[in-house]
Formats: sequence, C-alpha cells, structure tokens
Amino acid sequence: MSTTLDPPAAAFDLDRPWDLHPRVSLRREPFGALAYHFDTRRLSFLKSLDLLAVVESLGASPTAGEACRAAGIDDERLPAYRRALGTLAASGMICERRPR
Amino acid sequence: MSTPLAEGLHARPAPEPDRAPVRLVDQFQLGLDAPICLTWELTYACNLACVHCLSSSGRRDPRELTTAECRALIDEFERMQVFYVNIGGGEPTVRADFWDLVEYATGHHVGVKFSTNGSRLTPDVATLLARNPGVDVQISLDGATADVNDAVRGSGSFSTAVTAMERLAAAGFTGFKLSVVVTRHNVSQLDAFAAIAARYSAQLRLTRLRPSGRGADVWDELHPTADQQRRLYDWLVARGESVLTGDSFFHLAGYGDPLPGLNLCGAGRVVCLVDPVGDVYACPFAIHDEFLAGNVRSPGGFAAVWKDSDRFAALRAPDTGGACRSCGLYDACRGGCMAAKFFTGLPLDGPDPECVLGHGEATLTSRDAGGRAEVPAPSQDHSRRSRADHTALGAGPGRTPTRTVERVPVALVPRRPDRACDESPLTGLRTAHGPR
Repeated sequence: MSTTLDPPAAAFDLDRPWDLHPRVSLRREPFGALAYHFDTRRLSFLKSLDLLAVVESLGASPTAGEACRAAGIDDERLPAYRRALGTLAASGMICERRPR
Repeated sequence: MSTPLAEGLHARPAPEPDRAPVRLVDQFQLGLDAPICLTWELTYACNLACVHCLSSSGRRDPRELTTAECRALIDEFERMQVFYVNIGGGEPTVRADFWDLVEYATGHHVGVKFSTNGSRLTPDVATLLARNPGVDVQISLDGATADVNDAVRGSGSFSTAVTAMERLAAAGFTGFKLSVVVTRHNVSQLDAFAAIAARYSAQLRLTRLRPSGRGADVWDELHPTADQQRRLYDWLVARGESVLTGDSFFHLAGYGDPLPGLNLCGAGRVVCLVDPVGDVYACPFAIHDEFLAGNVRSPGGFAAVWKDSDRFAALRAPDTGGACRSCGLYDACRGGCMAAKFFTGLPLDGPDPECVLGHGEATLTSRDAGGRAEVPAPSQDHSRRSRADHTALGAGPGRTPTRTVERVPVALVPRRPDRACDESPLTGLRTAHGPR
C-alpha cells in the first residue's frame, strides 16, 4: 500500500453511515479477511481481525465511528482505521448507506 | 487456446491499520483454506490446434464433467467462497452448456473470467456478456499481425479474434483482456498489441510461454531469446501497471526493479487447476501426474482434495531455495517457475530455464549434450491425433518445425516452487514492503 493517502481516504467521513457494498463478499482468514468485489473484480485484503470486526459492524452502526468504537478501537487507533476505511471506500468495497 | 490465467483482478491490500504489518506472502505461502481463485479447464475440445497449447487440447474427453457435476462444483466453490474462476480449455465455449454455466456461476457468487479464441462470440453473446458484471472475457491472440498469429494459432484465427473484439466493443464491453503469449516471433510487436487493445478499449495482458503441454514441443524454438527477454522486461517496466502479466515474468525480476505483482508461486497454495475430467492440479501449467492432487469426483469432493492432498501439502511446506539459494538474485526471482523447470527437465530446486544470469540455459545445454533430452513425458494428451492438424491449422511460412524430443520419463519430487506463476491472483498487489 502506498504511504501516501488517496484523497478519498483522507476525506473519509467517520460521522456518516456506511456499509459493505452489496456486491462484495468477505472471507475470514487468519490475518483478517479477503474482500472481493464482484462488479469491479477487485480483491482487497483486510489485514487485521479488528478491521474485519469494524467492517462487519458497519451496517448495523449509525456511523462508521460508532462501528469502530463498537469494535474496541480507541481514539489513539482511530486515525489509522479511518485511513483504512477510506481506502476501502475508494475502491468501492464499502459505500455510504442511504438513510432507511 | 489455453491460457486461462488469473487476473484482471487488481488486488490491493487495504488496511494494515495499526499493527506490525502482516506479511501476506507468508500467509499465502502456507496455503489458504480455500483458493482465492482457480483455473477451470472446462473441456479439452478445441476447434483450434495452437502449437503451444499448454493443455494439449483438441479432442473432447468422454469423461468430461457433466452439466450437473459442473453445477455441483460451482456450488462447492460458492460454499468455500472461491471468489472467481478462470475458465479455459480447450475452447470452453464449444460446450453446449457453457453460457448456462457462466450464468449459474455468476448467480452463485462465483465470478467468471473465461479465455476464448472468439469463434463463438456472436453479437448476441457479446451483448449478454456486456450486461453481466460478473463476467470478464479474455481473447487470445499471439500475433499483432495475421501472419505471426496464424503461424501459431492456425489459419484464420487472427481474423476470428479481431471480429470477437469488434463485437465486444460494439456491445459496450470495455476492459476485456487481450491476452498474448510472448514468443520469439511476436515480442517485436508489443507496441502493436498495445495499439490493438486500445482500439477496442481492452486491456493488454502478456504472459510467458510455458513449456507445458504441446508448448514443450515448440518451446525451444518459440521462447524469447535472452536479448528479447531483456527488451521485454524494459518494456514492461516502462508500461507499469497498464499492462497485465499475471505475475508471469517474475523470473525476469533479476534485471532490476521488480515488476508489479507479489512474486509468490500460488500453485496449490492460493490457486489450482481443475481439468475437464475433474482432476485437480497445482496450477494450469502443471497438467502432469507429478502435480496431480486428486479428483473432484472422489469422496469429499474438491474441498477434500484442496485440504488433504499430500501434493499440495508439499507445496505449502517451507522453502529451501536449493541450488539458487546462494545467488544474489534469489530474492528477486526465487528460482523461477516450477512448471517451466519441470517440463524442460530441469531440477525444481535449480534455476529457471530462462534465468537472467543464464544458469538455466547452461543447464539445458548440458542436458541436451547427453544426446537425449530428459524431459518428462506428458501424462495426458488430447491433441487431435493427426499431425496434419497442425499442418493444416498451424503451419505457415513463418512456422518453425516442431522438434521431436525423445522423451524419457524422469521421476522428480516436487519441491516447493518459489515463485508466482501466472495463476497468481495477487497481480497488482502492492505492499509497502516490496514484493517479498
């Protein structure tokens, strides 16, 4: 992964509701998970189980920040997770959830 | 045709948020519980007779998996979360149930990329394909001009492929793959291939000529010379990620900067091959008893083969490096491709036949000096029986004669391949730690 952030990653909004893209499959692995997007045919690696927990709880959380807190991500670790979520958003693996 | 390889896939390691980086390569080296993707040769039947066909295709095998068995296998892939299959052959579209199986797979969370010579790609089919986001298409073409292509793939095959690309483009299918096996005769046409791909809004994909299947018969005459390999490497470096390679050319990494990719041999670890009769091999370039892990028709099905095969267990064992270990370039090329070594009769723990330092060439020379080539005999061959097939389809003014090698079966113990092969699903993967 590049050390420079994609602009969308830097701009990721933790205060919005997010969800896994409906066309993405997650496969749990010892290192975290594989995510595959059936429309873009892109594969991504979630390289920690904590990140997997965050992504899995996005859909049930009012905001991405809430999902992070629910997964036990404290304020110190939050910026790194914001960047990771931004990367996933930039590749379409997760998307903003429309209000129900 | 028969180069149904893995990619079109751009793998990115998103997230490594806040802890010591996990070396994915290390994880993959040990093998995953299920393949990320796999190659599925759906039939050995083919209407062409490409001289370098890596699955020695031609005639349909009467034991071919039935439609019901294919569907059951797709169900199993879905359960295991095999994300996608690279379907090839043979020419997969000659199966009457091909389009149904594609629909079935994409409807069951198994993405499809299929390789074709384009002969069955009608305008209606192109329209259907363009509507299905779960499908990617790979058109095989081995010359940027008809004379160069048809000498290898058969008379008329250039025109057929071009027509197929026109139909895909007309149907609005962008980003399909134009797949080229690089040979001594087309390596000077790389820019022309790129121009053809651009014309049809396709993406160019170059892969390595393997001495697998009938490729063993023509490899000596068709594989790029050392000078050509160097120019190929420079061309690929200049093009960066705009040209796909399926991690095919990692054996050239010793020339300098690594090419895009992860440089891991995924054979039996994160990928494999299922052949038309259900046999499971470590990779598409290794259709040989030495790399046969089992059959999907056996009890436990594909999952049991993947998990319990002794052959795959051996591939997942830690790496020793063998004769190449002391080489300063070992970290770059890691000894090259298992299949390329095996089918040229080289030891699996020695240099690749196309080693950039020339070690492979030297070993081949001493191999041939013995008077007969100790090349493994093929363990299956579905070529049409008459060599006239080749004459009719493949011969042309530019075609080099097929070398007849006296084959002596040799028993080689598969050790771990150390490198990415064309099956790597990790193409395009970049990590902050380089391609280790």
